[in-house]
Amino acid sequence: MTDATSTTAQTRTLVIDREMPHPPEKIWRALTDGPLMEEWLMTNDFKPMVGHRFTFRATPVPGWSGIIECEVLVVEPPSMLSYSWGTLGIGTAVTFTLTPTESGTHLRFEQSGFGPGQDQNYKGAKYGWTNFLGKLDHVVERLD
Amino acid sequence: MQAVTDNVFKALADPTRRAIFEHLARDGEQTVHALTGRAGVSQPAVSKHLTVLKRAKLVRHRHEGRETHYSALPQALGPMVDWLDIYGAFWRNRLDRLEDLLNRMDK
Repeated sequence: MTDATSTTAQTRTLVIDREMPHPPEKIWRALTDGPLMEEWLMTNDFKPMVGHRFTFRATPVPGWSGIIECEVLVVEPPSMLSYSWGTLGIGTAVTFTLTPTESGTHLRFEQSGFGPGQDQNYKGAKYGWTNFLGKLDHVVERLD
Repeated sequence: MQAVTDNVFKALADPTRRAIFEHLARDGEQTVHALTGRAGVSQPAVSKHLTVLKRAKLVRHRHEGRETHYSALPQALGPMVDWLDIYGAFWRNRLDRLEDLLNRMDK
Protein backbone atom coordinates (compact mmCIF):
# COMPACT_ATOMS: atom_id res chain seq x y z
CA MET A 1 0.00 0.00 0.00
CA THR A 2 1.34 3.40 -0.97
CA ASP A 3 -0.18 6.77 -0.30
CA ALA A 4 0.83 9.93 -2.06
CA THR A 5 -0.11 13.53 -2.37
CA SER A 6 0.82 15.82 -5.18
CA THR A 7 0.55 19.56 -5.47
CA THR A 8 0.58 21.61 -8.62
CA ALA A 9 -0.42 25.19 -9.36
CA GLN A 10 -3.83 23.98 -10.51
CA THR A 11 -4.95 21.20 -8.22
CA ARG A 12 -3.99 19.13 -5.22
CA THR A 13 -4.57 15.40 -5.28
CA LEU A 14 -4.72 12.75 -2.59
CA VAL A 15 -3.94 9.24 -3.88
CA ILE A 16 -4.40 5.96 -1.98
CA ASP A 17 -3.58 2.60 -3.61
CA ARG A 18 -4.85 -0.72 -2.26
CA GLU A 19 -4.46 -4.31 -3.42
CA MET A 20 -7.66 -6.23 -2.67
CA PRO A 21 -8.13 -10.01 -2.92
CA HIS A 22 -11.58 -9.62 -4.50
CA PRO A 23 -12.77 -9.44 -8.11
CA PRO A 24 -13.53 -5.94 -9.52
CA GLU A 25 -17.23 -6.79 -9.92
CA LYS A 26 -17.62 -7.41 -6.19
CA ILE A 27 -15.80 -4.21 -5.25
CA TRP A 28 -17.91 -2.34 -7.79
CA ARG A 29 -21.06 -3.47 -5.95
CA ALA A 30 -19.71 -2.15 -2.64
CA LEU A 31 -18.82 1.15 -4.33
CA THR A 32 -22.16 1.69 -6.09
CA ASP A 33 -24.93 0.02 -4.05
CA GLY A 34 -26.47 2.62 -1.71
CA PRO A 35 -27.05 0.37 1.34
CA LEU A 36 -23.59 -1.20 0.95
CA MET A 37 -22.02 2.27 0.59
CA GLU A 38 -23.71 3.27 3.82
CA GLU A 39 -22.01 0.35 5.60
CA TRP A 40 -18.49 1.58 4.86
CA LEU A 41 -18.94 5.25 3.95
CA MET A 42 -22.06 7.25 4.89
CA THR A 43 -25.85 7.48 4.54
CA ASN A 44 -26.60 8.42 0.92
CA ASP A 45 -29.11 8.53 -1.93
CA PHE A 46 -26.56 7.55 -4.57
CA LYS A 47 -27.58 6.10 -7.94
CA PRO A 48 -25.01 4.93 -10.51
CA MET A 49 -26.19 7.38 -13.19
CA VAL A 50 -24.03 10.13 -14.65
CA GLY A 51 -25.53 13.51 -13.72
CA HIS A 52 -27.39 12.18 -10.66
CA ARG A 53 -27.13 14.62 -7.75
CA PHE A 54 -27.04 13.09 -4.30
CA THR A 55 -25.88 13.72 -0.76
CA PHE A 56 -23.87 11.93 1.87
CA ARG A 57 -25.12 12.70 5.36
CA ALA A 58 -23.30 12.47 8.66
CA THR A 59 -24.41 13.74 12.08
CA PRO A 60 -24.04 17.55 12.09
CA VAL A 61 -21.58 19.16 14.50
CA PRO A 62 -21.01 22.87 15.30
CA GLY A 63 -19.37 24.39 12.24
CA TRP A 64 -20.35 21.56 9.92
CA SER A 65 -23.80 20.64 8.56
CA GLY A 66 -22.80 17.01 8.08
CA ILE A 67 -23.99 17.23 4.46
CA ILE A 68 -21.77 16.48 1.48
CA GLU A 69 -23.21 17.52 -1.91
CA CYS A 70 -22.28 15.26 -4.79
CA GLU A 71 -22.92 14.66 -8.46
CA VAL A 72 -22.07 11.49 -10.34
CA LEU A 73 -19.40 12.24 -12.97
CA VAL A 74 -18.23 8.87 -14.36
CA VAL A 75 -19.81 5.39 -14.23
CA GLU A 76 -17.84 2.74 -16.14
CA PRO A 77 -18.59 -0.66 -14.55
CA PRO A 78 -16.54 -2.28 -13.19
CA SER A 79 -13.49 -0.07 -13.70
CA MET A 80 -14.12 3.60 -12.95
CA LEU A 81 -16.45 5.59 -10.69
CA SER A 82 -16.19 9.30 -10.04
CA TYR A 83 -18.35 11.85 -8.25
CA SER A 84 -17.96 15.43 -7.11
CA TRP A 85 -17.69 15.95 -3.35
CA GLY A 86 -18.59 19.38 -1.97
CA THR A 87 -18.69 20.40 1.66
CA LEU A 88 -17.46 23.23 3.89
CA GLY A 89 -17.25 25.52 0.86
CA ILE A 90 -14.76 23.27 -0.89
CA GLY A 91 -15.37 21.44 -4.15
CA THR A 92 -13.40 18.28 -4.84
CA ALA A 93 -13.88 15.15 -6.92
CA VAL A 94 -13.29 11.57 -5.81
CA THR A 95 -12.43 8.81 -8.28
CA PHE A 96 -12.16 5.05 -7.80
CA THR A 97 -10.24 3.13 -10.47
CA LEU A 98 -10.33 -0.69 -10.43
CA THR A 99 -7.75 -2.73 -12.33
CA PRO A 100 -7.91 -6.56 -12.32
CA THR A 101 -4.76 -8.32 -11.08
CA GLU A 102 -3.81 -12.00 -10.77
CA SER A 103 -4.86 -12.06 -7.13
CA GLY A 104 -7.82 -9.72 -7.29
CA THR A 105 -8.02 -5.99 -7.88
CA HIS A 106 -5.82 -2.94 -7.63
CA LEU A 107 -7.97 -0.12 -6.29
CA ARG A 108 -6.76 3.42 -6.75
CA PHE A 109 -8.58 6.12 -4.82
CA GLU A 110 -8.02 9.77 -5.76
CA GLN A 111 -9.43 13.01 -4.40
CA SER A 112 -8.54 16.21 -6.18
CA GLY A 113 -9.61 19.79 -6.02
CA PHE A 114 -8.75 23.37 -5.28
CA GLY A 115 -8.01 25.38 -8.36
CA PRO A 116 -6.28 28.68 -7.55
CA GLY A 117 -9.64 30.48 -7.38
CA GLN A 118 -10.80 28.25 -4.56
CA ASP A 119 -8.02 29.16 -2.18
CA GLN A 120 -10.16 31.75 -0.42
CA ASN A 121 -12.88 29.19 0.22
CA TYR A 122 -10.23 26.86 1.51
CA LYS A 123 -9.05 29.38 4.11
CA GLY A 124 -12.60 30.32 5.08
CA ALA A 125 -13.53 26.70 5.57
CA LYS A 126 -10.72 25.87 7.93
CA TYR A 127 -12.78 26.36 11.06
CA GLY A 128 -15.33 23.88 9.85
CA TRP A 129 -12.58 21.48 8.94
CA THR A 130 -11.34 21.42 12.51
CA ASN A 131 -14.76 20.24 13.58
CA PHE A 132 -14.92 17.78 10.71
CA LEU A 133 -11.67 16.28 11.92
CA GLY A 134 -12.93 16.06 15.50
CA LYS A 135 -16.10 14.45 14.24
CA LEU A 136 -14.19 11.83 12.24
CA ASP A 137 -12.06 10.94 15.24
CA HIS A 138 -15.25 10.52 17.21
CA VAL A 139 -16.72 8.22 14.58
CA VAL A 140 -13.60 6.08 14.47
CA GLU A 141 -13.54 5.81 18.28
CA ARG A 142 -17.14 4.62 18.29
CA LEU A 143 -16.31 1.92 15.77
CA ASP A 144 -13.62 0.39 17.96
CA MET B 1 -9.71 33.01 10.80
CA GLN B 2 -6.55 33.80 8.88
CA ALA B 3 -5.50 36.25 11.64
CA VAL B 4 -5.87 33.49 14.22
CA THR B 5 -3.76 31.13 12.12
CA ASP B 6 -1.08 33.83 11.77
CA ASN B 7 -1.09 34.29 15.55
CA VAL B 8 -0.65 30.56 16.05
CA PHE B 9 2.32 30.45 13.69
CA LYS B 10 3.92 33.53 15.27
CA ALA B 11 3.38 32.23 18.78
CA LEU B 12 5.03 28.90 18.03
CA ALA B 13 7.87 30.37 15.97
CA ASP B 14 9.71 31.26 19.22
CA PRO B 15 11.53 28.28 20.79
CA THR B 16 10.92 29.39 24.39
CA ARG B 17 7.20 29.75 23.73
CA ARG B 18 7.16 26.43 21.93
CA ALA B 19 8.80 24.81 24.96
CA ILE B 20 6.26 26.40 27.33
CA PHE B 21 3.38 25.23 25.14
CA GLU B 22 4.83 21.72 24.95
CA HIS B 23 5.24 21.55 28.74
CA LEU B 24 1.62 22.56 29.21
CA ALA B 25 0.34 20.20 26.53
CA ARG B 26 2.32 17.28 27.92
CA ASP B 27 2.12 17.81 31.68
CA GLY B 28 -1.20 19.63 32.10
CA GLU B 29 -2.03 22.78 34.03
CA GLN B 30 0.83 24.65 35.71
CA THR B 31 1.43 27.90 37.58
CA VAL B 32 3.60 30.71 36.23
CA HIS B 33 6.06 29.91 39.02
CA ALA B 34 6.41 26.29 37.96
CA LEU B 35 6.80 27.29 34.32
CA THR B 36 9.46 29.87 35.21
CA GLY B 37 11.46 27.19 36.99
CA ARG B 38 11.61 25.12 33.81
CA ALA B 39 11.85 27.81 31.13
CA GLY B 40 15.23 29.19 32.14
CA VAL B 41 14.08 32.81 31.76
CA SER B 42 12.72 35.39 34.22
CA GLN B 43 9.12 35.37 35.42
CA PRO B 44 8.22 38.62 33.58
CA ALA B 45 9.58 37.05 30.37
CA VAL B 46 7.49 33.91 30.94
CA SER B 47 4.41 36.06 31.55
CA LYS B 48 5.06 37.91 28.30
CA HIS B 49 5.35 34.63 26.39
CA LEU B 50 2.13 33.38 27.98
CA THR B 51 0.34 36.53 26.83
CA VAL B 52 1.36 35.80 23.22
CA LEU B 53 0.23 32.17 23.56
CA LYS B 54 -3.06 33.38 25.06
CA ARG B 55 -3.64 35.75 22.13
CA ALA B 56 -3.22 32.80 19.75
CA LYS B 57 -5.72 30.87 21.91
CA LEU B 58 -3.08 28.20 22.50
CA VAL B 59 -3.38 28.50 26.30
CA ARG B 60 -5.98 29.62 28.81
CA HIS B 61 -5.59 30.71 32.41
CA ARG B 62 -7.51 30.83 35.66
CA HIS B 63 -6.77 32.55 38.94
CA GLU B 64 -6.63 30.62 42.17
CA GLY B 65 -5.65 32.65 45.20
CA ARG B 66 -2.53 34.60 44.26
CA GLU B 67 -1.44 32.10 41.62
CA THR B 68 -2.37 32.05 37.93
CA HIS B 69 -2.70 28.58 36.46
CA TYR B 70 -2.15 28.02 32.74
CA SER B 71 -3.23 25.09 30.58
CA ALA B 72 -2.78 24.24 26.89
CA LEU B 73 -5.54 24.36 24.27
CA PRO B 74 -4.01 22.12 21.60
CA GLN B 75 -7.18 22.34 19.48
CA ALA B 76 -5.94 25.81 18.49
CA LEU B 77 -3.52 23.96 16.22
CA GLY B 78 -6.53 22.76 14.23
CA PRO B 79 -6.63 25.64 11.72
CA MET B 80 -3.20 24.63 10.48
CA VAL B 81 -4.32 21.14 9.63
CA ASP B 82 -4.32 20.61 5.88
CA TRP B 83 -7.33 19.16 4.07
CA LEU B 84 -5.09 16.48 2.53
CA ASP B 85 -4.13 15.23 5.99
CA ILE B 86 -7.73 15.23 7.13
CA TYR B 87 -9.03 13.42 4.06
CA GLY B 88 -6.02 11.11 4.03
CA ALA B 89 -6.94 9.84 7.51
CA PHE B 90 -10.64 9.83 6.64
CA TRP B 91 -10.35 7.79 3.43
CA ARG B 92 -7.78 5.35 4.80
CA ASN B 93 -10.24 4.58 7.58
CA ARG B 94 -13.13 4.28 5.11
CA LEU B 95 -11.16 2.01 2.76
CA ASP B 96 -10.34 -0.21 5.77
CA ARG B 97 -14.08 -0.43 6.36
CA LEU B 98 -14.65 -1.19 2.68
CA GLU B 99 -12.20 -4.11 2.94
CA ASP B 100 -13.97 -5.39 6.07
CA LEU B 101 -17.26 -5.24 4.19
CA LEU B 102 -15.79 -7.05 1.16
CA ASN B 103 -14.56 -9.83 3.46
CA ARG B 104 -18.10 -10.23 4.80
CA MET B 105 -19.77 -10.24 1.35
CA ASP B 106 -20.46 -13.59 -0.38
CA LYS B 107 -19.06 -12.93 -3.83
